[in-house]
Amino acid sequence: MSELRFTKDHEWVRADGDAATIGITDHAQNALGDVVFVELPEVGREVTAGEAIAVVESVKAASDVYAPIAGTITEVNSALTEDPGLINREPTGEGWFFKIEPKDPAEIAALLDDAAYAAFVESLA
Amino acid sequence: MADTESLLTTPLDSLHRSLGARMVPFAGYAMPVQYPAGILAEHLHTRAQAGLFDVSHMGQAEILGDGAAAALERVTPADVQGLKPGRQRYGLLTTEAGGIFDDFMVANLGDRLFLVANASRKAEDFALIAAALPAGVTLQPLPDRALLALQGPGAAAALGGLAPALTALSFMGVAAAEIAGVPVLASRSGYTGEDGWEISCPAEQAETLAKTLLAQPGVAPAGLGARDSLRLEAGLCLYGSDIDETTSPVEAALIWTLGKRRRMAWDFPGAERVREELANGPQRLRVGLKPEGRQPARGHTPIHAPGGAQIGEITSGGFGPSLGGPMAMGYVAREHAADGTALELLVRGKPLPARVAPMPFIPHRYAR
Repeated sequence: MSELRFTKDHEWVRADGDAATIGITDHAQNALGDVVFVELPEVGREVTAGEAIAVVESVKAASDVYAPIAGTITEVNSALTEDPGLINREPTGEGWFFKIEPKDPAEIAALLDDAAYAAFVESLA
Repeated sequence: MADTESLLTTPLDSLHRSLGARMVPFAGYAMPVQYPAGILAEHLHTRAQAGLFDVSHMGQAEILGDGAAAALERVTPADVQGLKPGRQRYGLLTTEAGGIFDDFMVANLGDRLFLVANASRKAEDFALIAAALPAGVTLQPLPDRALLALQGPGAAAALGGLAPALTALSFMGVAAAEIAGVPVLASRSGYTGEDGWEISCPAEQAETLAKTLLAQPGVAPAGLGARDSLRLEAGLCLYGSDIDETTSPVEAALIWTLGKRRRMAWDFPGAERVREELANGPQRLRVGLKPEGRQPARGHTPIHAPGGAQIGEITSGGFGPSLGGPMAMGYVAREHAADGTALELLVRGKPLPARVAPMPFIPHRYAR
């Protein structure tokens, strides 16, 4: 399993060959609480970095999920529609949201690494 | 982040923190929105067994003196004079324009009335009531008292061994008792649709009371998050969201809170608007709504006729953990208010099909 990169909007990115898998972090799922619904982007959609492309709804509120990098949506995790609780149980595993074929793979490397994201989360406390 | 240092705290603040609660600002207080179990688990536990809620932020007061009930009727259309000793009633404070100033509970304690008002409105409520009282009748706020709500089908078993006098009450009954040496005033009522009690006690003994209740089998702490999803499933209004000074008791479908005698005398603030709306029908009505599928629609979501114009707005909406699906309440134009009417909710610019649905979404289980 390759290493994860992170955004300050609490998404994680895992580069796997041609596509990057994206989800929300454990910190994010914990802050949101029990997820009851997700709205995922359409496959084939071109997205820009920072664009709100998915919505995650917990019992208490709705939150946007942003594209961490520019590219094309190649796949979405349809298992979340039936079982949105996957996001709480396995945020960086089976609870992934969508895959993006990056326009510029260098964008991934420029995101926060594990230590930098941990320090960012710490700074929010 | 909100400046938590300027927030008021309830007498159970340190208990909440020791239980691992996530604290949030609410009506000027630091309040537990959830404990480590989470909103979903706390909600379901309350429906299955019993949840203990800290609602000490709410306003408590007494009205003393001869003619207290008649005096309170100057600011509410509720029948207060007809309330028997040991009984409690839900009522509205109304404005001269026929809006709702607040909703509240009033109990007849024999020698005085006991009131519980919303945290966000208590200062305004008590000022409004005090200003309406004649000489010899006084309102005494009780800021040094805590209020706990024990709610759920297991509440009676939890309380039975501690205070049998309280389990002998029926729904909306009120009595004084002692729990683990703490003098309490409790009513068999709540805000979840379940059987349960709201228990008032001196602030300095609130932690003893809370720990005693939490030690009973089946009792777990529950926060404001679960309180909100429970009350919405029960079809109960939240002041400031579902009712306010712009909504009338008729529009809000709260006609049942108007005393029969009061509807003959029309002697309460806003009687003119209420009378006109009862005679001719209100322009809009508060209704329940069930969106199709699993997507929730939140407060302020516009409501449209299918493919047509906006005919209302959601005032509270979310996901019902016991319902297993989304639910909402809001106001719609009267011609769209019948149960089963198809409507569209405009969520993030996209129409979400929904139907008008009867409330409560989950049947009440009061001990009548």
